[in-house]
Amino acid sequence: MEIKEIQEEIIDEFSMFDDWMQRYEYMIELGKSLPLIKEEFKTDDNIIKGCQSKVWVHAELEENKLVFTADSDAIITKGIIAILIRAFSEQKPQDILNADTQFIDEIGLKEHLSPTRANGLVSMIKQLKLYAVAYQTQIEE
Amino acid sequence: MLDIKKIREDFPILKREVNGKPLVYLDNAATSQTPQQVIDAIVDYYQNYNANIHRGVHTLSQEATDKYEQSRIKIQKHFNAAKSYEIIFTSGTTHSINLVANGFSSLIKKGDEVIVSAMEHHSNIVPWQMLCERTGAVLKVIPMNLDGELLMDVYEDLLSDNTKLVFCNHISNALGTINPIEEIIEKAHKVGAAVLIDGAQAAPHLVADVQALDVDFYTCSAHKICGPTGEGMLYGKEEWLNKLPPYQGGGEMIAEVTFEKTTYADLPHKFEAGTPNICGGIAFGAALDYMNAVGFEEIAKYEHELLEYATQELLKIDGLKIYGTAKNKTSVISFNIEGVHPYDMGSILDKLGIAVRTGHHCAQPIMDFFKIPGTVRASFAFYNTREEVDVLIAGVLKAKSMLL
Repeated sequence: MEIKEIQEEIIDEFSMFDDWMQRYEYMIELGKSLPLIKEEFKTDDNIIKGCQSKVWVHAELEENKLVFTADSDAIITKGIIAILIRAFSEQKPQDILNADTQFIDEIGLKEHLSPTRANGLVSMIKQLKLYAVAYQTQIEE
Repeated sequence: MLDIKKIREDFPILKREVNGKPLVYLDNAATSQTPQQVIDAIVDYYQNYNANIHRGVHTLSQEATDKYEQSRIKIQKHFNAAKSYEIIFTSGTTHSINLVANGFSSLIKKGDEVIVSAMEHHSNIVPWQMLCERTGAVLKVIPMNLDGELLMDVYEDLLSDNTKLVFCNHISNALGTINPIEEIIEKAHKVGAAVLIDGAQAAPHLVADVQALDVDFYTCSAHKICGPTGEGMLYGKEEWLNKLPPYQGGGEMIAEVTFEKTTYADLPHKFEAGTPNICGGIAFGAALDYMNAVGFEEIAKYEHELLEYATQELLKIDGLKIYGTAKNKTSVISFNIEGVHPYDMGSILDKLGIAVRTGHHCAQPIMDFFKIPGTVRASFAFYNTREEVDVLIAGVLKAKSMLL
């Protein structure tokens, strides 16, 4: 599935909920189901700066597609990174670079997070894109 | 007995809703709310006599100067300082501590020792570390036990003829511990060391008598005692304030300036460079008037009841641990639930309209001591109610069921 289609799927899912407690519950569920990163990748190098809770993200290239794995010590943060990974994992680096992140605004995520968590969300997106830049360069070489 | 219903009427903000729920404000250790009486004092200043102070000959300037200096006297009386000029207006506790730490640069030399407690917030650690870096002095730490109480016998061992300064908070912001400052001061004085007590967390709950304590420096911030932000005070014994050089230059702190030499103003103006927070200073006095009218003895008694009730109810929650269980503590409860990150708990509680603090509370060494990333901190003020404690308990249970 293309990034755009996945993002629309996520928007549809979030539109089913009436209030923000339900959306939080859903994010927590997503967090709980996030495939965990391998322990060896939970290093300081893989910590995303700008998050108040700890978030580790690892990326590797498999058949020219980027596969992200992640973890966090806070479950809501884990839910947020789970949503981002669902939208961007197993995609070509160039597609990740070209993708917009409008869906985050459409599901209202940013406005319903505390400013510190919203900053963390921006940092997470930035980090995923940085991985895409790095691997795209690797592919081109 | 306090009439809480009537008191709550004084705080317009307590009527608002957050996320569609009635606000339950339990972040009082970070900042307290402001009563209408203080808001009125702020409005009155800007509406009726907003002017720069001390040097204006016009009426507005005279009125503003009078009110500002009256406020200084209110603060002097509240803390029982011997002289009004021993009260220095600052922007708050952090500013006060930095003022003293900077001043001591010229009084401390390499090899001297300064002692800090293990339960300080960053504002009462970093300025002293900077002082040590500048002077070559050594920073020593009074350790604490798992209840969050200072090990006073170790403190005694740390003291020596080399000790020049001891600084400690009166009440810990992260743990609620009320420290034995009388003993800390007395023992420090025996070796000739000066003592600075950070009273930021104590000022909303009790009245410190600086003369009875015989403390050298005492600080507090107005915004934690129903006053405005950006305003606070430093009490210093006259002899110490005379020894310290000015912290910043300009404005009211000068006596005479020539390009060859400048002489400094007398106390307190020597430490009050530039145009001060005039409105803030006046509102600080109004806040003390308000708090004193409510009555500190009644406040302490009521808050203690709230603390006991909240502690008892929180401890009924499976997996909940309270950090800071000192015998002598104030209305601050720092806790975690096993397996729940404090940020997650704080986020859910916010959605339920409950304002608590989460994180390390600017006291990372305390979190390192307990090997935790942070805590959820509920801190109560005299306008909080048992019903609000019940809302907190229900919120914690709801969050726990969602997060685990």
